[in-house]
Formats: sequence, structure tokens, C-alpha cells
Amino acid sequence: MTTNVRTRDGGSARSRSASRRSHGEGPFRYAATGAGVILLGIMAAIAVFLISEAIPALQANKGHFFSELVWDPNGSQVFGIAALAFGTVLSSALALVIATPIAIGVALFISHYAPRRLAGPLGYLIDLLAAVPSVVYGLWGVVFLVPLLKTPSQWLNENLGWFPLFAGEGAIGGKTMLAGAIVLAIMILPIVAAISREVFLQAPKMNEEAALALGATRWEMIRMAVLPFGRPGVISAAMLGLGRAMGETIAVALIFPATFDISFEILTPHANSIAANIANGFGEATPIGRGALIASGLVLFVITLLVNIAARMIINRRKEYARAAA
Amino acid sequence: MTAIQHISTSRRIKDRVVQGLVYLAFALAVVPLVSVLWLVIKNGLGRFDLDFLTHSMRNIGARDAGGGAYHAIIGTLEQVLLASLISVPIGLLTAIYLVEYGNGGRLSRYISFFVDVMTGVPSVVAGLFILAFWVLFLGLPFSGFAGALALSILMMPTVVRSAEEMLRLVPNDLREASYALGVAKWRTIMKVVLPTALTGIITGVMLAVARVAGETAPLLLTVFFTDSINNDPFSGPQMGLPLFVFDQAGRPNDTAVDRAWTGALTLILIVMLLNLVARLIARWRAPARGR
Repeated sequence: MTTNVRTRDGGSARSRSASRRSHGEGPFRYAATGAGVILLGIMAAIAVFLISEAIPALQANKGHFFSELVWDPNGSQVFGIAALAFGTVLSSALALVIATPIAIGVALFISHYAPRRLAGPLGYLIDLLAAVPSVVYGLWGVVFLVPLLKTPSQWLNENLGWFPLFAGEGAIGGKTMLAGAIVLAIMILPIVAAISREVFLQAPKMNEEAALALGATRWEMIRMAVLPFGRPGVISAAMLGLGRAMGETIAVALIFPATFDISFEILTPHANSIAANIANGFGEATPIGRGALIASGLVLFVITLLVNIAARMIINRRKEYARAAA
Repeated sequence: MTAIQHISTSRRIKDRVVQGLVYLAFALAVVPLVSVLWLVIKNGLGRFDLDFLTHSMRNIGARDAGGGAYHAIIGTLEQVLLASLISVPIGLLTAIYLVEYGNGGRLSRYISFFVDVMTGVPSVVAGLFILAFWVLFLGLPFSGFAGALALSILMMPTVVRSAEEMLRLVPNDLREASYALGVAKWRTIMKVVLPTALTGIITGVMLAVARVAGETAPLLLTVFFTDSINNDPFSGPQMGLPLFVFDQAGRPNDTAVDRAWTGALTLILIVMLLNLVARLIARWRAPARGR
């Protein structure tokens, strides 16, 4: 005797695979797959259209694009990315140096130090930092932070002027690389802290309790059980923060004085970045100027792409290592 | 019987020092937040009136007080709505593909990887892409819709990631129970999986909206500037609230900077409201997900 189980659709259970395919299963699957393919297409299209629209300007360039410091595509048609790329790398690296230790502290505070009842709301407070739009940080930086940094900058310059970063003569303070880097650090802090926090929370409870049971203090427990487990996560969080700092535009566009030189003096008003230059230069750009800005955006795209891919690769490799060690 | 050995002083000091540093780090992180919010409220409240919310900058001279951000608020709302209409279906379907159909195949691994990479695409690059594609290649004019396209590129990966996370939280038992009843896979997704994950997805979408609502750089390159009200996002330059703040902040007069602060206050209120509502929805419907 055959068992004939009826399903809700009225088909028998045996023909389940057949009924699954009917009634729009095909179109739905194609739509889902298609949406994923569209995403891949967009990434490809970004590269293709940035390249194709940059080529005419690059051909009209009378200087060498990678080594020229000058940026004058509208007038003499001489422009190069060197000074801008340098500013992008230096400002984001500084931001990372400032933000990472604080972010790790914040993450540890929320995952292991704060009272459990308060941990959620306090974490939300840090997330709010990420909700503040970048243009507001720019405004805050120009009106509040830049004047605030004047005196400390002069002190650093007088007392630690032998250190290349703090060197410089003449105008000290004002719209400097340091001010921009601090604003960038504030902006990337939430993402670095959020990812680190998640990783720290995932540290095996057994190891933590074992460390405490063996008489470790809280710090020793964190050093032995939490930090080694969280290291790959923190590294990738920092690299994602780096990528974000490099692409950050409006805040630094308001703060950086838009100079075109390579200077390590972070206390003098010499600072610019690829993204800031795009925002500041777009308004007056001629067709060649727009193409030049697109070319610089292409460089930014490639740099951030490499940083992001490296971050993913590091976390993938370290994750296996961490799993093996666990 | 031996007494339990005490923790040596140096270890205890080290423990305390680290604890102090951790507390200090948290305090350091909160300082800028408080400072920014305080300054925005203090400087923004002065012009935060009905006049500001209902008037544009048309016929307001360089040194005049008055004027408002009505045109910018309208622009931002329309651009963000359009961006959501574009990115939510694509993002949600992609998440469904990754969770339900991908099965860890090569295509799904590529898509998953590039969604991660796309999260890192700088907002200014998204703006440049739409500028290159929409304005320069297709020859179409600057418009609110072009801005929405740029914003949607920034929204998509966020929507995919949050929706994917929520879909993976749906217990497999539910899917299997549905299959056992002979329900087709796509109907299982539509009737069982999506409703279960719905609140989480809505929260994710609203957080994504809050994120792009504050983006300036892509708008700068795609919607251009205007001081007048333009209700039609499909033709002519529009304004956006972040763009309004950037524009006014760059002007040399105090009246303009006042407007910039009030614009910033309005923008923060909108973004925070979206954040708050998103989290309230998540909390309100939390039992449905069983946490």
C-alpha cells in the first residue's frame, strides 16, 4: 500500500521536488542570483568607468601623473598625484595610530570592564559617534578643534621640535595635518571599537574562567585568553578603519588647507588628501579638471581596495591559525 | 594549613593601571561625542525655527541673515527614499541568494567577498563613479536621482550584510518544518524566513539609511548645488542637507556659519531619530525572534 501524504499545495510529498520548482521557484532563484551578479557588475563598472573617463585627462597631462606635485589640470594642464597620495597616507596612518589604542581600550571596557547592565547602552553611545555625519565633524573641527590645538601645537614644536613630525618654522597650529588626523581618528574609532568588541566578546569563556580560576588578575586573564584570540579581529578592524580614513572626504576637505607639497610637519598648515582635493576642486573644474579628479579618485579606489582586500586576507589567514591554536 | 597566597603587589598594580587606562580610553572616546553634540545644539538652536525649516536660500544675499534649509531637507528625503528603493530590493535579494541559494559555491564566495570589499568603497569614489557614468558617459544632467544612485551604491553592501546576518539567525528547524509540509522553497523564504527575520532587516535598512543620509561627498559630485526649492529629483540640480551644511560652512559670513550649525542640528536630529526608531523596532519585535 502506498502512503500518500498530501501537502498544503495539494501535491504529494513524493513530488515535493517537482512542486518546489513550480510556482515561480525558477524566477525567484534567478532574481536572487541576478541581484548578486548586479553587485559584482557594479564593482566592475566602477573600475571601468573611472578608467574610461580618466584616460582623456591623463593623455592631456603635461606632467608625470605619479611624481608631479603640482595640481593644475584647469590651467597649465600639469597635474600629479604624488603630494595628494602622500597626504592621504600620512593623515590616515596618523589617525590609525591615534585611534587604535583608544578603540581597543573602549572595546575591552565594554566587553570586560563595564557593569553588564551598562555595557549595552555604553556601546550604543560609542556607536553614536559613527552616526554623526562627516560634514558635522568637519564643522566641529574647523570651529572648535583647530583653535583648541593652537597652544599644544606650539608647545610640542618648542619642546619636541627635534622630532621630524613636530618640526617646522613660522605658523604653528591652525589648519594642520594633526587637526585632520584627530578628526579622522574620531571618525574611525567607532568601527574599530565595534569590531574589536565583537571579537573580544567571542573569546572562549572556558579559557577566561580557567585563567581566573588559576589565580590570574583580570588583566592577566585578558592578556592570556582574550587578546591572543582577538588579535586577527583587531588587525582587520584597524585596516578597515585605515581604508575608511583614506576615503573620508568632507571633514578633511573643510580642515585641510589644500597645499600641494610633501611635508612631514604635521603642526604646520601643510595638508591635503586625494579625497579632500576632489571635494574642494570639483566646483571649478573644467572637463580636463574633472577627468583629472576622476583619475585621482581611481588611485584612491585602488589603494582602498588593496587595503580592504589585505584586511580580509589577514583575518582569513589568522582565523585559521587562531582556530588551530584554540 | 597554608594561607591562600596573596596576589603580589606588582601584579595588582599592573591590573589596576590597565583598568585605569581602559576607563580612560572610554572617557577619551566620549569626550568628542559630547563636545560635538554640545556645540551643535548650542550653536544650532539659535536659528532652529519655523523660518529655517520652511524657507529656502533663494534670494538670500551673501551677508543676509534668514533663509533656511527647506530645499535641502526636501532634497535629502527624496534622495534617501530613492536610494532605499533601489538598494533594498537588490541588497535583500542578494542576501537571500547568499543564505538560501549560494550553498558556498564559487559565485556566492565571489559575491560575499566583493560585498565586503564594496563596504570599503569610499563615498567620494561612489560619487565619482556616478559622475563618470551618469553625467559624463551618458550625458545626463546633475539631479537628485543621480545622487540617489550614488547613495544606493553605499547602501547596498550594508543592507546585504545586515539582512544576511538576520537570515542566518532564522532557525533551520523553521525551514525544515516548512519543507516537510511540502511548501516550495521560494514560498518558504517568502512566508517563513523573511517574516521571521523582518524586524532585524528593517533595523538594518534604517541604520543604512541613517548612514547615507549624512553623506556629503557623493551628493557634491552628483546633485550639484541650488539655493531654490526643486521638488523633482529627476530633473535639475537639487540640494541635500549635508551639502547645505558644507556649502554654508565654507562661506565667510557669520550668518552663513549660523545656518551651517542649524543645518547640522537638523541633520543630526534626522539621523538620530532614524537610529532610535530602528533600535526601538528591534526591541519592540524582539520576542518574535526569540533573541
